[in-house]
Amino acid sequence: MTAGVYAARKQISTLIITENVGGQALWSSGVENYLGYIYITGAELVQKFEEHLKTFDVELEFARVIGLHRVGGEFRVDTEGGESYTARAVIVAAGKSPRLLDVPGEKEFTGRGVTYCSTCDAPLFAGMDVAVVGGGNSGLDAVIQLMRICPKVYLIEIAPNLRADEILQEKVRSAENVEILTRTLVKEIHGDDFVTGITVENLETRDRRTIDVKGVFVEIGLVPNADFVKELVALNRYGEIPVDCGAWTGVPGLYAAGDVTDVPEKQIICAAGDGAKAALGAYSYLVRLPVSLDWSDKINKQ
Amino acid sequence: MSAKNVVVYSTPTCPYCHQVKQYLKDKGVEFVEYNVAADMDARNTMVQKSGQLGVPVIDVDGNIVVGFNRSKLEELLSKS
Repeated sequence: MTAGVYAARKQISTLIITENVGGQALWSSGVENYLGYIYITGAELVQKFEEHLKTFDVELEFARVIGLHRVGGEFRVDTEGGESYTARAVIVAAGKSPRLLDVPGEKEFTGRGVTYCSTCDAPLFAGMDVAVVGGGNSGLDAVIQLMRICPKVYLIEIAPNLRADEILQEKVRSAENVEILTRTLVKEIHGDDFVTGITVENLETRDRRTIDVKGVFVEIGLVPNADFVKELVALNRYGEIPVDCGAWTGVPGLYAAGDVTDVPEKQIICAAGDGAKAALGAYSYLVRLPVSLDWSDKINKQ
Repeated sequence: MSAKNVVVYSTPTCPYCHQVKQYLKDKGVEFVEYNVAADMDARNTMVQKSGQLGVPVIDVDGNIVVGFNRSKLEELLSKS
């Protein structure tokens, strides 16, 4: 969105193609390090970004991008709905999505017991036994929310130790209704209309057991939404888009910003700054193109 | 546009629910809202209608939308 504002102020004809407004910033229950706001929720901050963006002449198209191709000197962006757009410059700010467990039953039961948004869905599972997969901060945040409303919460972590901050671990360890299973892998999720249980395996003993739960909260990190740029850019080993300090990908006209890039700090303020750099980079690129300066029709719906 | 019967099932902590409600307000669409974190009857109704255990769920004249799907909502709201 910052890139959109910067591009609009340079009077570049700009289209933002996105699935939602806000991305990961939305999930943050509280932001205390975005300057100008001592405390603001992620949702409120996103709303302010959106309001700001809408004061400019920037078009928003709600779609999922599935392909990015170089055609002549331009780019073609393909969306899931079958639409294509051409542009002279592209900024990828696609962020990250929750990592999937990749086990049988996961896809089938997503939204029917399996969830990736504990802030959204935790209250729906009041009174039910649930499992949280992932021993990082977001996993333990989910456990802390759930242990107050569920009779029993299983915390499942693949590593020998939890990685979450000590203060969260203490809270979870002191709860009587939380059972922590480390060195444990989820093998399968089962159910009928909804989830009824999971099968887990202890990696040391190879013992398998089935746990009866109605909810499975998956909190095992995030993956960059960068698949659609693979054709143009070699991703790093985390699947991120490598960029230089000017948010440039190395492909003429292609810039990237935020959590989808290899920038080490995944922070709202950093991503916003990257967006500004990417838009200014794209502007410099566009003004140097040896073509007419009439950009009014440069984004064409095909 | 004729008046639609719109119901939103949400939880107070869910950011997409806030976005849906803001979206409907911006469009001037009136809706009834159920907090399914507190209202167990509404939760059961929502599960029955949507076959899903996740929020937000939006009911537009009996058509169920799960999640904040703008294009789907747009389509349902503009139907006469």
